[in-house]
Amino acid sequence: MKFEFDIADGDFAKAGTSSSQVKHILKQLNVDTKIIKKTTVAIYEAEVNVVAHAVGGGKLLADINLERIVVEVADLGPGIADIPQAMVEGFSTASPEVISMGFGAGMGLPNMRKNADKLEIISGVDEGTRVVITNYI
Amino acid sequence: MKHMKITNIASLLGGDIVSGKTQQENHISFGFAADLLSDVLTLDVEGVLFITGLCTLQTIRTAEVAEIDCIVIARGKKVSPAMVELANRNGIVVIETECSVYKASGILYEAGLKPIY
Repeated sequence: MKFEFDIADGDFAKAGTSSSQVKHILKQLNVDTKIIKKTTVAIYEAEVNVVAHAVGGGKLLADINLERIVVEVADLGPGIADIPQAMVEGFSTASPEVISMGFGAGMGLPNMRKNADKLEIISGVDEGTRVVITNYI
Repeated sequence: MKHMKITNIASLLGGDIVSGKTQQENHISFGFAADLLSDVLTLDVEGVLFITGLCTLQTIRTAEVAEIDCIVIARGKKVSPAMVELANRNGIVVIETECSVYKASGILYEAGLKPIY
């Protein structure tokens, strides 16, 4: 089953709505609650990153079958210059606005890695970012 | 393990329950205080009370994602109607209190609510 959701940039009131919808789908499919939680946390962090950084917003694509959940979160934002640096806890380029929302402490990517069985990040400066989270059911 | 009923927590804090009233008789196992939502997303226990001074829609959304049962909004901040609606939709109890995060944490710790760490 495939699902697609749009993520608006800069709209913190809506940040998390796509993750929430994926969570409801996984609940309806009776996926194990621990897998639902870790998947939702990982994609929520990815969604918040799009809202925080990507001018032009992005898309969330979820592909679910009996064996695994694959969620791709892609945007055409500024991209990540140094991915290993971005994976270090505490490293952040977030704006004061993002920080005032309770994010931007440099925990997003490490938190995604913790909650994903497989995490792929494809990004470059001015090339946008594609994050693919795979969790096995 | 010591569990505390949500209505007892609200009364200890002199707080008002503003959402999730159908869940207010439920019990909480652990307390956690933070203003950083990514910290909340690192928790992997159930039955958590989240004490915060961060009063935004994202506070509620994060609780939904992190499967937090109850949020205490400290320092007399008032939740918006949109926050109440989102909390109700997800069965999350929100308590508003005049206490600071420090005071609310102290009262509940003294009353026996266990920390996660």
